[in-house]
Amino acid sequence: MTLWLSMLGEALQAMSANKLRTFLTALGIIIGAGAVVLMVALGQGTQTAVTKSISALGSNLLIVRSGSAQQGGFRGGAGGLPTLKTSDAQALLDLTSLNTAAPVVQQGAQLVYGPNNWGTQIVGSTDAYLDIRDWTLQSGRPFTDTEMNSGMRVAILGQTVAEQLFGSADPIDQSVRIQKSPYQVIGVLAQKGQSMAGSDQDDTVLIPLVTAQRQLVGSQFKGTVSMIMAKANSAQQLASGEAQIADLLRQRHRIAEGADDDFSVTNMASIASTMAQITGMLSILLGSIAGISLLVGGIGIMNIMMVSVTERTREIGIRMAIGASRKTVLLQFLLEAVIITTTGGLIGILIGVGAALGVQRFGGIAVAITPQPILLAFGVSTLVGLFFGLYPARKASMMKPIEALRYQ
Amino acid sequence: MSDIIRLAAIKKVYDTDAGPVPVLNGLELSIAPGEFVTIMGPSGSGKSTLMNILGCLDTPTSGEYWLDGENVASLDEDRLAEVRSRVLGFVFQGFNLLPRIDLKANVALPLVYQCVAKAKRLQRAITVLERVGLARQVNSLPPKISGGQQQRVAIARALVTQPRVILADEPTGNLDTVTGQEIMTLFQDINKESGVTMIVVTHDARVAHYARRLVYLRDGLITYDGSAADFQEALA
Ligand SMILES: Nc1ncnc2c1ncn2[C@@H]1O[C@H](COP(=O)(O)OP(=O)(O)OP(=O)(O)O)[C@@H](O)[C@H]1O
Ligand SMILES: [Mg+2]
Repeated sequence: MTLWLSMLGEALQAMSANKLRTFLTALGIIIGAGAVVLMVALGQGTQTAVTKSISALGSNLLIVRSGSAQQGGFRGGAGGLPTLKTSDAQALLDLTSLNTAAPVVQQGAQLVYGPNNWGTQIVGSTDAYLDIRDWTLQSGRPFTDTEMNSGMRVAILGQTVAEQLFGSADPIDQSVRIQKSPYQVIGVLAQKGQSMAGSDQDDTVLIPLVTAQRQLVGSQFKGTVSMIMAKANSAQQLASGEAQIADLLRQRHRIAEGADDDFSVTNMASIASTMAQITGMLSILLGSIAGISLLVGGIGIMNIMMVSVTERTREIGIRMAIGASRKTVLLQFLLEAVIITTTGGLIGILIGVGAALGVQRFGGIAVAITPQPILLAFGVSTLVGLFFGLYPARKASMMKPIEALRYQ
Repeated sequence: MSDIIRLAAIKKVYDTDAGPVPVLNGLELSIAPGEFVTIMGPSGSGKSTLMNILGCLDTPTSGEYWLDGENVASLDEDRLAEVRSRVLGFVFQGFNLLPRIDLKANVALPLVYQCVAKAKRLQRAITVLERVGLARQVNSLPPKISGGQQQRVAIARALVTQPRVILADEPTGNLDTVTGQEIMTLFQDINKESGVTMIVVTHDARVAHYARRLVYLRDGLITYDGSAADFQEALA
């Protein structure tokens, strides 16, 4: 015990006598460990954020848009003539693989309440829309059948819209104006946060489909909808749901065999898995960068240790000449290496976690701090430091004292 | 068997790339406790090789070395370290101090390996540093003091464990004549005060007379072993 204490004292003395060497060694480990923790936190954070925002769209979701898939989903959806009708959505309800379906009309519009006004996206749909998007009401109630069928002017506000127009006041039963017409607020949606693309999902207003078709969308395309959202019974039935929708719509739109579809069906699960793959690759990429940092840190440590090997070998020779045994010399160097690497590793982890939290706070990038990379960073940096810290000591302690003393 | 050191038929052959190099060719030497012996001889005659064997820093190729009644060849690594720690003190030509720690820490270093508590170590180190005339420099770093002073520190480090034998390989080799003579006087005084056995290698005939007994080496054999004064006359 006294020997351990003595050697601990010697190790600390040697470290403070060689501050630069101690600092550079620790620095290699700090950089390596910090990089691993930060990079992995970034990678995993992105991955969970993406998965979360995809699942926030709704589970087992299928989206049907106007325009052919070959034209490209974007152009078809945005610029093509609307080919989907309310009746198409109605027909989808009979498909066995589908749980429910909701026709959707979307239109940007200005909302006014007293002196406040706010521009937002108006969604015209049915109650099924809430179910499909796994969206609950924070207060109020959904549409009644009468409201939906007869196109009454009622609205359910997203959180952001409610806040912008009403502040902390209760919007229920108040009247807001959308394009000059008054709408009665019957509900407020629960908060959903940012979407994957960074847009605010709570910046929306839901009104009955029929109301939207009559009041907002031009009379040119009466009875058409921008898209149909459908929910399959289960993840397993997504593919069959997709096929059933395509068959049914081809039939209803009288599309000849071999001709292009005038609609496209998107399976959100396949997009989710693609995104998961991409973010997985991102994680691997960041992990590799971190691994390289760790390696570079390790090589830095090795370099410093090798440079000091002559000095250390002679030092060991002197120590053995005045009475140190192999074991005590090794013990001293082991303690020294352990202290440097563990404190370096801990500092690196603290810096890595700090940087990750900073990136999250000020860069707005999601991070996930998990124990595995921290343990990995700590383990690897400690092993690297121990190995390269002990290597010269082991070599020197194996020599005869006179050889270590003469070492050039 | 009252000898503190007894060498019998000691041979040392270095294995080099150019083949084996015999350096010591069967030395016989006995030294009684408290003796002050100088070893002389031309360069390459094997003085340092002999000292390293005596100091248990190196092992002979063959022959027996009895130190304080023990056969050194029979000692394992741990016992050898203990012998170096408790029985021997070594003073090198090149001082071999640790440059980054102060004088008192350098002198206290051998006591670390005897597990002496820190306060006690430093106190003993300072006492010995005072003895060698460095009371005012105990907190200096070795590179900041002169060569003669560094050698005094090395001597203090050898003395601090109160060893039975002090071995010094050309302790004056890096010093000017006056400083060298001061160091030799210090050895003489220490030898008289404490009765420690003193073995000093030197090149310089002028410092040899500090010892009573002189051993002369040539080609790995002892060619003279007797009174230092007689040897001086033989030279003259
Ligand atoms: N490690 C070694 N390997 C090979 N040969 C060596 C080794 N050490 C010493 N020698 C050789 O052994 C011989 C004796 O060397 P040693 O250092 O003992 O001489 P010395 O009497 O101390 O000389 P000097 O007065 O110059 O110090 C020399 O020829 C030297 O070259
Ligand atoms: Mg020599």
